[in-house]
Parts: sequence; C-alpha cells; structure tokens
Amino acid sequence: MALDLAKYRRRRLQSSITVGLCWAASALGLTILAVILATLLFKGFAGLNLKVFTEMTPPPGSDGGLLNAIAGSLVMSFIGVAVGTPIGILAGTYMAEYGRYSKVSSVIRFINDILLSAPSIVTGLFVYEILVRPMGHFSTIAGAVALAILVIPTVIRTTENMLLLVPNQLREASSALGMPQSLVIRKVAYKAARAGMITGILLAVARVSGETAPLLFTALNNQFWSTDLNAPMASLPVVIFQYALSPYEDWQRLAWTGALLITTAVLTLSIAARYLGSSRTPQ
Amino acid sequence: MNVMSKDVDTGLTEKISVQDLKFYYGSSLALKGISMPLYERQVTAFIGPSGCGKSTLLRVLNRMYDLYPGQRAEGKIMFDGENVLDMKDLNLLRSRIGMVFQKPTPFPMTIYENIAFGLRLYERLPKSEVDARVESALEKAALWKEVKDKLHASGLSLSGGQQQRLCIARTVAIRPEVILFDEPCSALDPISTAKVEELIDELKNEFTIAIVTHNMQQAARVSQRTAFMYLGELIEFGVTQRLFTNPTDRRTQDYITGRFG
Repeated sequence: MALDLAKYRRRRLQSSITVGLCWAASALGLTILAVILATLLFKGFAGLNLKVFTEMTPPPGSDGGLLNAIAGSLVMSFIGVAVGTPIGILAGTYMAEYGRYSKVSSVIRFINDILLSAPSIVTGLFVYEILVRPMGHFSTIAGAVALAILVIPTVIRTTENMLLLVPNQLREASSALGMPQSLVIRKVAYKAARAGMITGILLAVARVSGETAPLLFTALNNQFWSTDLNAPMASLPVVIFQYALSPYEDWQRLAWTGALLITTAVLTLSIAARYLGSSRTPQ
Repeated sequence: MNVMSKDVDTGLTEKISVQDLKFYYGSSLALKGISMPLYERQVTAFIGPSGCGKSTLLRVLNRMYDLYPGQRAEGKIMFDGENVLDMKDLNLLRSRIGMVFQKPTPFPMTIYENIAFGLRLYERLPKSEVDARVESALEKAALWKEVKDKLHASGLSLSGGQQQRLCIARTVAIRPEVILFDEPCSALDPISTAKVEELIDELKNEFTIAIVTHNMQQAARVSQRTAFMYLGELIEFGVTQRLFTNPTDRRTQDYITGRFG
C-alpha cells in the first residue's frame, strides 16, 4: 500500500505542535522556579551574615539572628524523623513482605494514601487536640509528634514501593536455600532496596523541615534559646511566617535569609536523595 | 514402613516418590494426579510444552508454592519416608531440597558472601571451614578459577553464565540431598550452557537431580530418566534413551519429533 503523504504531513504537524506546547509548558515552569530562586538568593543573601548563626531572634528594631530557630528546626525534625522512620519502615515492610496479599495491607495502603495527601494543617490541629490541649501549653514534643505523623506515610510509601521493586526471584532464591523469611527481608530485600529506602527517608526529612502549619499549632515559637522539650520552641518555618508578615524591615530581611537557608537545605537533601536513588536502584 | 524403596526393575533407590499429586492454582487444576519416582543420584529431566505443569511440579517438591496464596497440593510426596506436603519446617525442607532458577539470582553481596551466607544459616562453622566450603562449592560449580582473585567483588559483577554457576555453587554449598533445576540454561549462551550441563553431570554423583528444560537435546544429554508431561498429566516416564528413541505414547512421539510444543 502506498504511503498516504497528506496524512503523514498532518501527523507531522500535529506532532510539532504538541512538542512545541510541551516545550512552552516546561519553559514556563522553569522560569517561575528560576524567578523564585533568584529572588530568594538576592533577598536572602542581603541579610546573610555570621550573626544569623550565632544570635537569637531579635525583638523588632534590634540586631539578631536565627540560631534558636535553626536549632529548633533541627531538633524537631530530628525527633520527628527518628520516631517516624522506624514506624514507617516496619509498616512498609509488613505491607510489602508479610502482608503482601492480605486485605489489611490494602486497607493500610488506602488510609496511608489519604494521610499522605492530607493537608498538614490538619495534622497540626490533630496534635493540638490530643497533646497541646491536655498538656495545657505548646511544646517541642508536640511539634516533633506532628512532624513524625507527617514522616510516617512518606516512609511507608517509599519503603513499600522499593521492596515491591525487589524481584520476587530474589526472595524465592533466598527461601530455596532454607532462609527464614525474617532473614530474607533483612539480609536480602533490605539490601537490594536500600538506596531507595534511604532516598525515601531523605525526602521525608526534606518534607518536614519545611513544614509550618503543623508547628504553628504545636511548638508555636520562642524568642529565646530553649532546649526544653516541654516548652515551646522556635523553628525556621514559623519564624519565617511570623517575621515575613511583620511590618518591620529587619524582621522581613531575617525571614528572607531563613527562607534561603531552608530552601538550600531542602534542595541539597532532594538532590542527595535523587543521586542516591538513581545510582543504585534495586536491580 | 519402608523408608526408601529399591525399585525392583532398576535396582535404583527412590529418593523421592510422587504419589497421585494434584495441584491447584486457585480453582484451576494444574497437576492432574502425577505419580513417579525420582531416583537417587540420577538426573531426571522434565520435558513438555509450556504450561504442561513441569515447573509447577518442581515447585511443589520444595514447597516453593507456599510463598503464594491460593495455591495448594493434594496427594503425597514421600521424601526419605516423610510426606513433603505434611512438613511444617519448610526452611529445613528447602535446605535439603535445593533449587536453581531460570534467571540467575545472585544476592546483592560479594561472591564470597553469596555462598557463605547460606552456609551460616544451618551450620556453626569456624572461618577457616567456611572458606574451605566456599572454595569447594565454587570448585564444584566450575567457577573457582574465574573468581578466586575477586571473591570480595559483588556477585552482580559477574556475567550471566558465571552468575548462574554462582547460584549453583550457593545451592551445592549447603549440601542438600536433592537439587531442582528450573530451566537453568534458558538465559545462558551456548558456552555457559555447556558448562552448566557438564556440571549437572558431575553433580549427579553426589546429589539427586531434577531438571526442567525446554531443550530436548539438553534433556537427552544430561538425564538418565525423562518424564514427558502434557496438560498437567504425566504422559510417559522412563529411561531417557528409550523415551527419546522409542516412545510408547503417541503424544510423546509427536512432541519429541517437533510436531507440537
């Protein structure tokens, strides 16, 4: 049969239009990202100096830094991830390995997906109700719990997905040697899925370190240096939120600097996660 | 009870005796009452077109199907006087009936660890003994010469043929009594295939071997007994040479002459 040239040309035209639209869409997205990053760099660098890392958040009109907020973010993210990761890994392991074919797993998966896409402010309110109100005051612990609740679904999802990527043949081969299932999981499946699982944890860290809403209801803020887990604690996102909305120019400058710090940290983590994920995916 | 019966006609010992074995995937019957022996220190080949149940049969012998829901077996598989289907400790069973798969499946660890790992599961051995067992397993799998200088390189760095021999070494190292090969050469090139076949021929001096293969020449080359299966039934079982030269069943004849399958 002869080639229908007219049809072929029409196809070519359609193809070029579609490709053109794709290009335009990506260009638009990238431009917006570039503008945001450029603004952030420009405004953030203006306020960046050593004091940011050595002094506490100041009252309006005086000099100061973000030390208590940086430390608070580190402390709460650390506790949140330290609490949430083991729970997430264990649950993900159950779903991918022990309960792969069980109804329970599909129910957990469904609920986990809801948790994953639930607005984080809901988590904040929830922790406010179960911890802050009974305790009678805002606290670091409540903040960390809120972050842990955000870590869990992310880690469950990545752990399960990465374990499901491990070929079944590898499990069969391990079982065929007489290996008990717990060993198959710990020594073979985890090993094969390790890079992906670490990526998931890094992404969870990146996610919670930028969360503001859940902390507003739980850890609130603290103008001063505090290591008391039972007292309110400052965090970068909340300080940014408060200072950026303020009418004081020096506070606004600090907010920009804080935003730069957090973006840099999250970006670094995401790049690290991506690098890890691409270099050693499960075979 | 007669633990291991000597076959009157052949003088061989039945290592495994499959008796009226039925197997179900959900509600569909995949094995329709198979009865046959696996003789000790002999290679038994299973041939037949795709979907005839030969791999399924192999996976029942070491209860591999237990990893999946909705699969069940009826009948008896007598193995040294015990019914495999009644066994509770499947890990112990699988350490006695080893299996090598179609695709090479090295673990994501070093070559040395790939073998030592399985060894340490059931035996408490000093390091020197583990070293010796790793070496002898690699020797038996005809891989030692190729890997002795890179024992601590990843098992994944080997070629496909080498990986498959590593898997055989891993299985041999834990000294099972029976080794099941599920199309062990289907992912290998002809040279690697020849090596694995030689290996199987060697291994039969120590182990009882069952091999599923799509390659009839391979069955003819490596086995002493051949079972021809079709649509979940055992059509014919006998001495390999006889089965290939003088099949008694019409369907066997048609299959080995390439009329279907």
